[in-house]
Amino acid sequence: MSDRTMANEKNNAGIIQGGVHQNHLHDSAHKHVSGTAIYIDDLPELPGCLQVYIGMSEKPHAKIKSIDVSAARKAEGVACVLTADDIPGINDYSPVMGDDPIFANELVEYVGQSMFAVAADSIDNARAAASLVKVDYEELPAILTIEEALEKESYVLSPNEMKRGDSATALERAENRLKDRILIGGQDHFYLEGHIALAIPGEDDDVLVHSSTQHPSEVQHNVAKALGVSDHCVTIEIRRMGGGFGGKESQPALFASVAAMVAKKTGKAAKVRLDRDDDMEMTGKRHDFIMDYDVGFDASGRIEGIEFIQACRAGNSADLTGAIADRAMFHADNAYYLENVTIKSYRCKTNTVSNTAFRGFGGPQGVVGIERVIDAIANHLGKDPLEIRKVNFYGTTDRNVTPYYMTVEDNVIHELVVELEADADYAARRADIRAFNENSPFVKKGIALTPVKFGISFTTTFLNQAGALVHVYTDGSVHLNHGGTEMGQGLYTKVAQVVAEEFQIDNNRVKITATNTGKVPNTSATAASSGADMNGMAAQAAARTIRNRLTDFAAQKFQVKADEVRWLPGRIQVGAEEMTFPDLVKQAYLARISLSSTGYYATPKIHYDAQKMQGRPFYYFAYGAAVTEVEVDTLTGEYKVMRTDILHDVGKSLNPTIDLGQVEGAYIQGVGWLTTEELVWHPSGKLWTHAPSTYKIPACSDRAPEFNVRLWDKGKNAEETIYRSKAVGEPPLMLGVSALMALSDAVASVGGYKIHPGLNAPATPERVLDAVDRVREAAAG
Amino acid sequence: MSEGIRFVFRGEVREIDKIDPTLSVLRWLREVEGASGTKEGCAEGDCGACTVVLGELVDGSMQYRAVNACIQFMPTLHGKQLITVEDLASPDGALHPVQKAMVETSGSQCGFCTPGFVMSMFAMKVSEGRPSRDRINDVLAGNLCRCTGYGPIIEASEKMYDAGPETAFLEEEKRVVALLEGLSSDAMVETADKGRRYFAPARVDDLARVYTDNPDAVIVAGATDVGLWVTKMHKDLGTVIYLGRVKELKEMRVASGYLEIGAGVSYTDAWDEIKKHYPDFGELIRRIGSTQVRNAGTIGGNVANGSPIGDTPPALIAAGARLVLRKGEERREIDLESFFIDYGKQDRGIGEFVEMVKLPLPKAGSKFRSYKISKRFDQDISAACGAFMADIEKGQVKDIRICFGGMAGTPARAKHTEAALIGKTWDEETVKTAMAEMVKDYNPLTDMRASEAYRAKVARNLLYKFFVETSQVGEKVNTRVVGDRELAHV
Repeated sequence: MSDRTMANEKNNAGIIQGGVHQNHLHDSAHKHVSGTAIYIDDLPELPGCLQVYIGMSEKPHAKIKSIDVSAARKAEGVACVLTADDIPGINDYSPVMGDDPIFANELVEYVGQSMFAVAADSIDNARAAASLVKVDYEELPAILTIEEALEKESYVLSPNEMKRGDSATALERAENRLKDRILIGGQDHFYLEGHIALAIPGEDDDVLVHSSTQHPSEVQHNVAKALGVSDHCVTIEIRRMGGGFGGKESQPALFASVAAMVAKKTGKAAKVRLDRDDDMEMTGKRHDFIMDYDVGFDASGRIEGIEFIQACRAGNSADLTGAIADRAMFHADNAYYLENVTIKSYRCKTNTVSNTAFRGFGGPQGVVGIERVIDAIANHLGKDPLEIRKVNFYGTTDRNVTPYYMTVEDNVIHELVVELEADADYAARRADIRAFNENSPFVKKGIALTPVKFGISFTTTFLNQAGALVHVYTDGSVHLNHGGTEMGQGLYTKVAQVVAEEFQIDNNRVKITATNTGKVPNTSATAASSGADMNGMAAQAAARTIRNRLTDFAAQKFQVKADEVRWLPGRIQVGAEEMTFPDLVKQAYLARISLSSTGYYATPKIHYDAQKMQGRPFYYFAYGAAVTEVEVDTLTGEYKVMRTDILHDVGKSLNPTIDLGQVEGAYIQGVGWLTTEELVWHPSGKLWTHAPSTYKIPACSDRAPEFNVRLWDKGKNAEETIYRSKAVGEPPLMLGVSALMALSDAVASVGGYKIHPGLNAPATPERVLDAVDRVREAAAG
Repeated sequence: MSEGIRFVFRGEVREIDKIDPTLSVLRWLREVEGASGTKEGCAEGDCGACTVVLGELVDGSMQYRAVNACIQFMPTLHGKQLITVEDLASPDGALHPVQKAMVETSGSQCGFCTPGFVMSMFAMKVSEGRPSRDRINDVLAGNLCRCTGYGPIIEASEKMYDAGPETAFLEEEKRVVALLEGLSSDAMVETADKGRRYFAPARVDDLARVYTDNPDAVIVAGATDVGLWVTKMHKDLGTVIYLGRVKELKEMRVASGYLEIGAGVSYTDAWDEIKKHYPDFGELIRRIGSTQVRNAGTIGGNVANGSPIGDTPPALIAAGARLVLRKGEERREIDLESFFIDYGKQDRGIGEFVEMVKLPLPKAGSKFRSYKISKRFDQDISAACGAFMADIEKGQVKDIRICFGGMAGTPARAKHTEAALIGKTWDEETVKTAMAEMVKDYNPLTDMRASEAYRAKVARNLLYKFFVETSQVGEKVNTRVVGDRELAHV
């Protein structure tokens, strides 16, 4: 029996079931396994429900001379065809900049861009009709790579710079100096459930859209904008997504808008459900980056000055690129103090799909950059990269100010890394690996320990707010709603734990309900790992309001002081009396006490000057570290991850089982990003890897045969977060960086560890073999 | 002849007289039956979210196999039992041990892939004993999870066995066996809908006849490729002839120095037998598609569809396999190598079908290796797949056959390279010389799987690897990191 199941079976008597810090199972687990969890495509369809196919651009960059949809309009089963001319409101679904047309009408800017929609009685008829649409393009020169965009100064947003100290002078004076270019690939989200929206028309201007989205409020705004109606006409609902990972933050607005327009035009329900290929071609991915660095360091490997140029592929529009590229800059330090630093950021406009949020939101790319620099320094000095990492770690009392002038107040990286190093037996294994490699001509082993420090909060400060709604019914059952969305991460479960804890009732008395813009308005995306931090606090506030009312009521009714009303597990002690929650609730109702409340939370302490790129954008940091060991076949470049050791800080965990799941899953997703997940574009601008047959996310056997993962038991948030827990969604993704660095270590062995392999990501077998040959040639002379 | 299809579903025989021959089981479940537990993740048999289990009477006992419902055509269910995630919990709602284990280990996060995992695990639990980690990897290779990192699912795959045997399920099985026995027949199954026709003969002579009569029909065995013509290319296949019921094509036997593999034998059924004679070929089969794909797909189909990147042809050609083709009553036998004429062009006449693949048994002392190079170990299509068969006598290369997939428009021999080796001493110098010759044999392409340069380089290096693995004496040097490493030294 593992820790995982033991923990589940341990349920201490005398406390409520499913309160905070317990290993409470995901609320939907029994439904997931029996096929009864309802996703949007599983909702029963209303009679006459239309299926919608979205017609896409076949060119990366072209003027649309004409779109002729007449044949499609007459085709079998077709109810309507929509083009840009048919949009009642504004032809835009962008989150910020107004640069994402729902239907391109004059210009297409990537292969896969939405141009029109066909609604029919079946998806087959809709697709067949769409193939009858004739588009006359006038092709324009296309920019398909970051390099081309840089050369042509093609940007979606102006370049940005973050600066502290004097990097130029520091570089000049440094004893050692290295420069190199790093390529970091993108990543498709590959949520198992593709994008989907089901719109049901209502009376007047109303419409209800079931949208698979992490950001219902933004979808609501966009649907209203497209329909030309007020926000209050549009209700967005989402019970659960089949995965999100950031891919369903800004993009669902397109599909919801199209479904809503069809529904309002025809008076029938309308569904847009992308098949896998269309989903992968139409929707954005993690930004790929080119990073140039110039680093100066002393003989111990301490970085004295560093300059980064980070150039990312935004795609055809801004989407969330501004904040993503900023976050890459914020994490160019990872866990290291960079005294003299300049980071330049270019947000390149290309004729490829607009890239978007993906777990880590630019942070992981920043982290890969600096970790590569550390490894290059280590290879140059002939030292263990871990030694270089330690030399450069942020201090706790000095050397603790980030390049954006935020003081790191909660640094635990030293103790956490030391603990993992011992747990994983790093030093001995590293020595063994060196010995093994001496005697193994073809198979080489590699090992790396990499840390992560990740800033928690939306860097767009106003987004750091959340709302919740709690009703208590007269039988003592509780209805919980909040602005966060469930995509598998267990947010609903965690927030229910908080509410159960507040009322001291068993978790099964708390009904988790679908996120709905009609219940909690003006929400932020469930993103930036903030879901439990913010919605947990908001729900706690709502529940506490009711609890305080009940306390006051009980004190008054039984003539005791408020502090003599004690909330005990499953009961309330009022002076000498004890009563159950339902009893108290019923009495309160009869005494006309309100049993419903909203709750609200705004993250404190944060402030940020976006112009200067200075301030405290983050409430706190999450920390972790991982050791990965790999074996590489130097004849083919094939490799296997053999062992993983993870120690991760989630503060005082709200739910260790769920947090463990996030940590493991994020690590594997991070490893996938940096190893087998390669996005390849055809020279014509079409995505070549648009299905799982060609785009390879990790499979079961890619998990290391030995996998040790632990939540850090000393973890406690220095800030007053919900029960002193820490955000967990994104930070552990960067633990996967250790796999890339372990591969680099294995490759470096063929050059006696003196030549830095410059292994780019994703490190496919091809890239690994190329690196092996490069190092061998350099070593030979 | 019997009109329409009959299969067991939800404990009863379901009769459908007219059904679209290329309607997928997944679409039927979700759109016709309103059974939404089974999910669509990719519609190409790569993610496993749609996994269902098919029960089939084989030699009098039930055999349960996981398949991808998204690319399984409805009429192929005829005579089988269809089991979906909704069937597992008991009528009182109590979860099945597979489901219970998945709940207890937190094996689901978003839950969308979960029904598919549950069905793959269920097929394993009713078919075999407690698995090793390697076996779990194989069974779950065709189920992708983007949330968990697989740890809890692996744990559940072990833990579910704690519940003991499938008593309730086996009790119900007796009733199902009786129902399936009632459906068993040698008659041809026919159905048609939406202007498309479907024939599923049970005897090879009927197959020969129906194909002669309908030479424009598409022949389908496992539909692991043809299924995608429908779900991905949205092609109308017109008339479909299904091989999966043809008794003679499901046979496999050793006769006069050959392992004869009927064109309807699935990878799963051929695996053990091939592994016995060619261990490394067995390892290659382990990596073809996934369990779901191997349960449906056939070696005959892998050959007949003529793909330049099919994984078995290089191994078969290197081993000197032959092919039996049949048209009407006429049969001819050719070297498999000559079947592949050019990209998209095979030596197969109108109305002619692949009846059998004949794999010669290895000669004593001959050396065989096959290597598959792909981005991901499991369920990936080869960037290059190389197979080597050599007779080395007293340190001299008496004969060598080298065949690669992924390096040309067809699976192709490396004739110049072979020529540089035959008759020479099997040593490093000879091999290095031969490696340089390979440039004359192949002119590979750059695509989404690999660059031209990598393909060329890795193909050369694989020859070197073959040399190292077959010439080692004394303490063996490790040459492999993926797959069964011991096979380097067999």
